[in-house]
Amino acid sequence: MAAHLKKRVYEEFSKVVQQQQLEDFPAKRLRLTKPSKSAALHIDLCKATNSTDALQYLVQFARKPVEAESVEGVVRILLEFYYKETDSSVRLKIASLLGVLSKTHGFSPDCIVDDVINTLNNEKSHQVLAQLLDTLLVIGVQLPESQTIRVRLVEVACRHLTDTSFGVRNKCLQLMGFLGTVEKQSSKEMECLPVQDVQKIIGDHFSDQDPRVRTAAIKAMLQLHERGMKLQQNIYSQACKLLTDDYEQVRSAAVQLVWVLSQLYPESIVPIPSSNEEIRLVDDAFGKICHMVNDGSWVVRVQAAKLLGSMQQVSVHFLEQTLDKKLMSDLRRKRTAHERAKELYSSGEFSSGRKWADDAPKEKIDTGAVNLIDSGACGAFVHGLEDEMFEVRIAAVEAVCTLAQASASFAEKCLDFLVDMFNDEIEEVRLQSIHVLRQISKQITLREDQLDTVLAVLEDSSRDIREALHELLCYTNVSTKECIQLALVELLKNLSKYPTDRNSVWKCLKFLGSRHPTLVLPLVPELLSTHPFFDTPEPDMDDPAYIAVLVLVFNAAKSCPTMSALFSDHTFRHYAYLRDSLSHLVPPLRLPGRKLTCVSDLESVASSEESSQQFLQQSLERVYIIQHLEAQGTLELLDFTIRDLKRLGELQPELAGASDFSATYLHCQLLLMKGLQEKLWNISAPLYVKQNAMASAVVQQILEETYKLEFLYSGLENRQVAIIHHVRLQAKALQLVLSARTSRGVEPLLNICEKFLQDVDAFQRCFSTELPHFQESFVEKLLELMPRLVTCNPMDLVKILQTTLRQSGFLHLKLPEQIHKATATIIEPTGESDNPLRFTSGLVVALDIDATLDHVQDPQSSVKVQVVYPDGHAHTIRPKPTDFRNPGPGRHRLITQVYLSHSAWTEPCQIDVQLHLAYNSSKCQINSPKSAWNDSTEVLQATENCIEGSIPLSKPVKVYIMPKPARR
Amino acid sequence: KNEIKGAGQDVGRSCILVSIGGKNVMLDCGMHMGFNDDRRFPDFSYITQNGRLTEFLDCVIVSHFHLDHCGALPYMSEMVGYDGPIYMTHPTKAICPILLEDFRKITVDKKGETNFFTSQMIKDCMKKVTAVNLHQTVQVDDELEIKAYYAGHVLGAAMFQIKVGAESVVYTGDYNMTPDRHLGAAWIDKCRPDIVISESTYATTIRDSKRCRERDFLKKVHETVERGGKVLIPVFALGRAQELCILLETFWERMNLKAPIYFSTGLTEKANHYYKLFITWTNQKIRKTFVQRNMFEFKHIKPFDRSYTDNPGPMVVFATPGMLHAGQSLQIFKKWAGNDKNMVILPGYCVQGTVGYKILNGQRKLEMEGRNTLEVKMQVEYMSFSAHADAKGIMQLIRMAEPRNVLLVHGEAKKMEFLKQKIEQEFSVNCYMPANGETTTITTNPNIPVDISLSLLKRESVPGALPDPKKPRIMHGTLIMKDNSLRLVSSEQALKELGLVEHHLRFTCRVHIQDPHSEQDTLNKIYSHLKTVLKDSSIQHLPDGTLMVESILIKVSTASEDPSTKILLVSWTYQVQDLRRILLKCIIQSHLAEIS
Repeated sequence: MAAHLKKRVYEEFSKVVQQQQLEDFPAKRLRLTKPSKSAALHIDLCKATNSTDALQYLVQFARKPVEAESVEGVVRILLEFYYKETDSSVRLKIASLLGVLSKTHGFSPDCIVDDVINTLNNEKSHQVLAQLLDTLLVIGVQLPESQTIRVRLVEVACRHLTDTSFGVRNKCLQLMGFLGTVEKQSSKEMECLPVQDVQKIIGDHFSDQDPRVRTAAIKAMLQLHERGMKLQQNIYSQACKLLTDDYEQVRSAAVQLVWVLSQLYPESIVPIPSSNEEIRLVDDAFGKICHMVNDGSWVVRVQAAKLLGSMQQVSVHFLEQTLDKKLMSDLRRKRTAHERAKELYSSGEFSSGRKWADDAPKEKIDTGAVNLIDSGACGAFVHGLEDEMFEVRIAAVEAVCTLAQASASFAEKCLDFLVDMFNDEIEEVRLQSIHVLRQISKQITLREDQLDTVLAVLEDSSRDIREALHELLCYTNVSTKECIQLALVELLKNLSKYPTDRNSVWKCLKFLGSRHPTLVLPLVPELLSTHPFFDTPEPDMDDPAYIAVLVLVFNAAKSCPTMSALFSDHTFRHYAYLRDSLSHLVPPLRLPGRKLTCVSDLESVASSEESSQQFLQQSLERVYIIQHLEAQGTLELLDFTIRDLKRLGELQPELAGASDFSATYLHCQLLLMKGLQEKLWNISAPLYVKQNAMASAVVQQILEETYKLEFLYSGLENRQVAIIHHVRLQAKALQLVLSARTSRGVEPLLNICEKFLQDVDAFQRCFSTELPHFQESFVEKLLELMPRLVTCNPMDLVKILQTTLRQSGFLHLKLPEQIHKATATIIEPTGESDNPLRFTSGLVVALDIDATLDHVQDPQSSVKVQVVYPDGHAHTIRPKPTDFRNPGPGRHRLITQVYLSHSAWTEPCQIDVQLHLAYNSSKCQINSPKSAWNDSTEVLQATENCIEGSIPLSKPVKVYIMPKPARR
Repeated sequence: KNEIKGAGQDVGRSCILVSIGGKNVMLDCGMHMGFNDDRRFPDFSYITQNGRLTEFLDCVIVSHFHLDHCGALPYMSEMVGYDGPIYMTHPTKAICPILLEDFRKITVDKKGETNFFTSQMIKDCMKKVTAVNLHQTVQVDDELEIKAYYAGHVLGAAMFQIKVGAESVVYTGDYNMTPDRHLGAAWIDKCRPDIVISESTYATTIRDSKRCRERDFLKKVHETVERGGKVLIPVFALGRAQELCILLETFWERMNLKAPIYFSTGLTEKANHYYKLFITWTNQKIRKTFVQRNMFEFKHIKPFDRSYTDNPGPMVVFATPGMLHAGQSLQIFKKWAGNDKNMVILPGYCVQGTVGYKILNGQRKLEMEGRNTLEVKMQVEYMSFSAHADAKGIMQLIRMAEPRNVLLVHGEAKKMEFLKQKIEQEFSVNCYMPANGETTTITTNPNIPVDISLSLLKRESVPGALPDPKKPRIMHGTLIMKDNSLRLVSSEQALKELGLVEHHLRFTCRVHIQDPHSEQDTLNKIYSHLKTVLKDSSIQHLPDGTLMVESILIKVSTASEDPSTKILLVSWTYQVQDLRRILLKCIIQSHLAEIS
């Protein structure tokens, strides 16, 4: 054996591997592989005189990766040493190395299973045993198909379950959890093997004396469940017993197990101990998990609270108990503050709370009937929401939310509690509860007293809280006109206290108005302060509060045609003004005596959308008729189409993405045509300097546009991306041709040509699936000619390119279903300020930036702020990831501070602040399989090709600043 | 054994004497606020009928700094005389002397009482105090150890576990199971003590969520301030005052309010200082945020000056004392009572006879000294902020600790009766509620630790398929009680150690069977039969005509009077009793079967 090994080792040592590079590369290279790992290891280990040295070598060895082909050799050497070694720490390391090695990509560990199992038999050290079992686990996971090995491994694990060390038992159970057979064996080869009832064996260890083993047993059971094995119902009672275990990790795992079982067998019936009654299992489990919300360990409490949320099948009766806590005082039944508030509300009395002892207890309670520690679900959420740790409170809030979404009656009940959470001491909890209330607010109607509590939070100094609350109010249903008035008053208060909330408050009132037109109607005279007999003074049109009121009224008037009769003259004027200036907040109204500027019916809106969709399609089709780029009419047609599409995008926000996208694409084509125009190329060399400059500008523009196309729009499919890349390729070809004409000599061209060919190659690799769609296109022709291109000299290449470019047709762009353009608007700073921001030069000033981002994917990494100083010097700042908030799908909010600094100026001057979208072209490339080991050239290539850049995302905003010279 | 010295079925004057495993521990040393004579202190002569306290008590434990739990400490240690250790937590040790000094000032300087402890005595007393940390096990002496758990209630309040050998007692002091704005909830591990001595102030109450209360409070204050009114909140200096301060402070911060908040100075300032220091004893929020800002460093709350009372505009003032019976709070109340924009919020209970009690009961005209009447136009609100565990909380704590017995103190008898019944019903443990001066004795069955020799343990613990930890198992061995130690060893070793000779005990019996065959045949038949039945045991046919089954000898002889009756002589040692039983059964059955 040893001789054989040695031979093999030396073979590997001296092996020279000739690697064939990819065919497309012009040059073929020789590559020498490093001497094999196993050889080095063998030599090292032979050198080791004592165990410490050996350990050192092993540790060093473990740092370096091993190629798949030499893994087996290494394993053999390691095993050989393993048998010789007396020191258990070295054996431990070897065992762990075996596990690491068997994970090597491309190595199938089934050949070493037997060896590892054999080592188990003679091992005395518990730690090494545990490690070996771990290695077996790794091997077993690597071989998901082989049933035989799995069964064998499980058998091995069973044998070691009686070990005295908890570590070994832990590993055995873990192994059984991962490898225990899920389905009954069907294949014939299995039948000869005794199949253990894994579940029973694991279940037996629920009562192990070591808590760590108990935990491992439960986890193994959960693992089985995760792998799709159906757990038996009879472990339910065992799991319930574990809920009262002394150790928190056991309880925590047991809660999960109980939950899993309750999801598996929701409808089966279990008896209630100490009575003859029986209840559904899911209800019983729900009660038990509710009980765990009062556990001593907060980890368990969080776990329990989280799981409660996902128990949807629980009966309503049990669910509602979670919010019920029987109050009493001196053995008398007492009503909760919530009940009192409700009563006050229903009796029509205004909540005074001023009476001494109005919470005086009422009827006497039967002492026998009071159950202080309920086994049921009583008050679980009341406790959870009042918990000491905010983690538990947040978990409870979330659980309440998910349960409320499923059950309307529960939603109604939990309202009071959620509203109470608005006063939590920790902002995260407050924010979370507001969000939660928003999610369930579609099902509920707020009472006046509840609304009152909600609105009290509007004065919160935290912007997030206020905005979340505005968002909530957008979706809230209220019951009375007083509520509307209350909300309006509070919102106006908010507006005066925090003027920056303007947009958010207006938006909120817009929704409030359009949701409750009938409730707003009786309030209109009061809101607009009109008087039946007297003319009232015309309110100031610039007052944000007045605008807020108008937004509310106009939105209500949209579905309440009688309302406009109540308007006074100036209101109509103001309407016209606001409709123009704040068109997103003020809807089109059908006003008497006025020409209908816009048809406001929903139907017609739908039909108009349809027709514009049609229009979009038609105009695109019209363009695609163009076959040749020569005709004069073509350019004009394209020009018109682009103009039409842009206008369409402005008119129809729904189609903005699609129309802008196609417009930009057509613009690219247009530019390409311009660049390729006949006359440009016919002029003799010395005269084309001017045209040349123009053409290269065109190329630059096309490249920019293609990047915009690629990165600014979301919802693109692979096909569109391929088309964009195609355009880019054309632009690059044009660039190459141009540079060939301007530069003298072949030398500088060589490099560019090679690069271009690489690009073509990359295109082919990335979009090989899309190639069938590229018939008659530039790239298709190019690929046909590829073998020739690779060998020919640059000048020939340029010639070929020139002709193919001019012959190539026009690719049809098929629009994807959903396409959105990423946009951003900077809300703050507004750029209207005349007061320069003064600061001492050399020091920094913080500029607050508030912006909304739409349809930006992964804004945390891509959105940047660019500041351009008057001297043209630009400075890019990357906001912190926490500065981005996500108020809704596809929307982001950036609230950040940008630090500016500059040397002293004599005059205040304006700087431009703009949001940019950074992109990285390597991202789009189809990820080449990167394994951790190989240091191949592919990665290098990718970095070479990648172009980083940025696209302006928003309009620049001017900020007036003035760095003063420092006083000495 | 427990002796209740005070606060058995009463609130105030907590003092409990526990005798556990021969050690005497005094839990709390409180005074009664309601009395002004000797009755305010516990009756220490009860303990010290003869001799000094130091000799009798092994240690004194004080759970928190409220005077009804620590008020009699200087009296006991200095005037009665006690030099042993006193244990309390760090915050208690820091704040306790402030309160004692304040109390002393009021009784001696204001009321002019003599025969009261002096400042020096308080200082001397404090020198005897050992401070403990949470979850720190303090070895009082070789056998007695104590451990503190967090109790909520007030800053530094703790529950104590007292342990002697295997016996243990948990004393809860006052505790709170629901967290509040500045303190967390009480927590104890599953220590399974023999007895939990729990307070039971709110034995019959289940409280509403604290959030409603807080919200109401804030709303009222906010509305009044917005109206331009002034808010007076009479408080006691420590405890709730801090909670309300935090509540208002954070609210002011959140809502960006500008109206000033004042806190009447005095001992509060010193106490606040300690609150700032003992951040680890507060709740999660304060602990997490103190790096940025210590919540007790109030931004909006400033010290109050008497001249501010007449300042125009809205303000909120915290003033002592809490029942409006004297001092600054009463003065401010008198000035503000006339304006209906103002408001007074009483956050705690008011004793009968105080101004607070009167106005809470709706009295609108108050008679002041010198025949003046004061018309109260300001709004009067009541808010209950209490930091004791309610019935549910008490049950929860008992569930957490899993004691074998429960003893209720610090509550009213009637209410305790209810809770007692509940505890017995739901946990099925014994529950006691002794009156003042009453002694409760609880017998425990303590575990006696025994050393076992490893070889015996290994031999006896059969490596069965699954060791069930809960199941008791029978072992064979010898218990040696020597030199105050217990050891379990194998019998051979015990014999060797004690120098004894091993005696063997053999039993014999005769069995008559009807068998006409010869002795030899009978023996052979029995041999072959046993061979088939007892497959596992070794059966030998000895040359002298006897059968040997393991160590059992069987000999067959013929009866002299009747040759067809054979007599089996069976002889065995006591170790193989079981085998013998099986064996004889086999033989008899086989022969009976043959005969029939």
